[in-house]
Amino acid sequence: MTFDFDRVELTDLSRHFGRRKAVSRVTLALQAGDILGLLGPNGAGKSTLLGMLATLVTPTSGTISYGGRSASRGGADVRGRIGVLAHELHLYPELTARQNLAFFARLHGLAEEPLVSTALESASLGDRGEDQVASFSRGMRQRLALERTLLHGPRLVLLDEPFTGLDDRAVRIVADRIRRIARDGAIVVLATHDLDVADGLITRMAVVRSGRLMADGDAGTGIRQQYRALVETA
Amino acid sequence: MRKLFVPVLALTALMFAYSPIAIANAPYESTMRLVQKIFYYHFPAWMALTVSVTVCTVASALYLFKGSARADRIAAAAAEVTVIFGLFGLVSGSLWGRKAWGVWWQWDARLTMAFLLELIFFGYILVRNYGGPGAEKLAAAMGIFGGATAPFVYKSVDWWRTVHPKTSVMTTLGQTSPEMWYVVWFCTFTILLFMGLLLAARVRLEEQRAALDQLYLAAED
Amino acid sequence: MNVLKVALLILRKDFAIELKSYEIVSTTLFFSVACVAIFSFAFVKEGQAPVDVSAGILWIAIAFSGTLALGRTFERERYGETLKALLLAPAPRPAIYLGKLLGIVTLLFATEVVVVPMVAFLFDAPFFTKPLLLVALLGLGTIGYAAVGTLFAAMLVRARTRDVMLPILLYPITIPVIIAGVRGTSALLATPVDEPVAMLWIGMLSFFDVVFVTISLWTFEPLMTE
Repeated sequence: MTFDFDRVELTDLSRHFGRRKAVSRVTLALQAGDILGLLGPNGAGKSTLLGMLATLVTPTSGTISYGGRSASRGGADVRGRIGVLAHELHLYPELTARQNLAFFARLHGLAEEPLVSTALESASLGDRGEDQVASFSRGMRQRLALERTLLHGPRLVLLDEPFTGLDDRAVRIVADRIRRIARDGAIVVLATHDLDVADGLITRMAVVRSGRLMADGDAGTGIRQQYRALVETA
Repeated sequence: MRKLFVPVLALTALMFAYSPIAIANAPYESTMRLVQKIFYYHFPAWMALTVSVTVCTVASALYLFKGSARADRIAAAAAEVTVIFGLFGLVSGSLWGRKAWGVWWQWDARLTMAFLLELIFFGYILVRNYGGPGAEKLAAAMGIFGGATAPFVYKSVDWWRTVHPKTSVMTTLGQTSPEMWYVVWFCTFTILLFMGLLLAARVRLEEQRAALDQLYLAAED
Repeated sequence: MNVLKVALLILRKDFAIELKSYEIVSTTLFFSVACVAIFSFAFVKEGQAPVDVSAGILWIAIAFSGTLALGRTFERERYGETLKALLLAPAPRPAIYLGKLLGIVTLLFATEVVVVPMVAFLFDAPFFTKPLLLVALLGLGTIGYAAVGTLFAAMLVRARTRDVMLPILLYPITIPVIIAGVRGTSALLATPVDEPVAMLWIGMLSFFDVVFVTISLWTFEPLMTE
């Protein structure tokens, strides 16, 4: 792993589809240890923004710089330092938990052990490693999916609604995991509309509505009030 | 460039008006006589198609690799022009073939490939309209593959014995019959101008649509 | 991570998945057999089907089964949006295309192992007089067809109308490959075997393969990013 970065800068980033503006002139700077909560109603452009950060969606204007390098020139090096978890979880249901993790480890050019076993332990699935993912509950899949995302030790971790369908205990486990990786220096961008969970987890707050960045700053307490004030005013 | 449109349109109209006269005055071909004169529109139609296919392929590649929205608009316009001239070429060829060979259609190399080319660019239009979001890129892929297939249409008559006249007919026409030669190229030039006008008009329509989208986007700010 | 390693990794992963249920292999095989049967019935005259159409039927069966297999293979990647995860691998993105292509080609070869003897049997057609040439024809033709098919199936994963669009887009472009395959196979069925013609078509197919695979590798990345 020769390339690494500790800052991600979005400058005047926009993406439109025809006449629909999904993301509009977003400027943000992130650094190692940040847990950025990307808050906003459905259709606000959170997923598109995450897509651009993940190098899967090309912006129509503006730039993203990963420690000074752009996605187009950085290419594989930049991609190797990014981890993405979307709603569909990116798991093969026909394969076992272990097989899924092993595949993605090898895909990133890493040795299977001890990464896979450690990941299974972190997901509290140590005894379910040989079971097919299809037999897992939503909570188990989510934990496994999160470990798969973190398997290659990514610097930039992008999570799109990671708490959907989880019970309280699972939510706590996932939140703790996120705090741990941020402490270890990762940049976490967490898109969610679940304000209660975000409260207490995120260190910074960015509110998007209709593709535009309404506010960006440190997250104090009482996120719900701040959010409501920003989003629900005309 | 826009200022040239009307003058060129006038010129093209005049040339079109004159072309039947030129064609009527051209000498009869020995075996097919009057029927052969479809050639004076049939051949230029395929020439126009060659140009529009090339334009579409290059524009598609530019759009796909450089992200040029302008290239995308030109590619879309060129694909439609291709389908139009292809249709004309196929129909005129079929009419000619009915008289010259006795059949409406033959599955020989050039006709088959020409038909395929038409299908490919018709597919371009279909995918552009019904492919959902991001369909422009899918269509661009069709444009590139269509362009890769096109050389086969041209060369196919030289490689396989077919019913269709060979490409060498055109290259030697200058020596065998100069009067025909001039008429052929006059009509070719006319139809190429016509193709250029259609392309320009269609691109303009796309530009206006894009400008409208830009206005919508700007209004949101 | 180089291209070949990643491609083989993806191929092995697809094998591992397929081995659990044999779903795609069995449905594709069955479909190809049904295809051959249906087309054969259409041409039967006085209890015998003419040998001439056997080459055409063979390649149609391959083309139709191929479309099915392509759709199913990429449906697997669509389910968990795993294609997104694959695109994030720190390897050149065409490696993903290559891995999928190898998988489809392997599947189609497996289908042909069943279908070719079946057609030979039903039509009493002398397919195996020049086995090496037949293998070359089938191999090159399958690769050409799969090369374009894999690219289009991958790029249609995100489209809503993907099931309808795949045949519409794929067939016009791959018909030259099918034609070459049919003509070459027909040449092999002639008595005596028309070797020069078969070699001509093999040459054509090689050319198609190079062009199609090159274009696909080249355009894969821009097509897969939004």
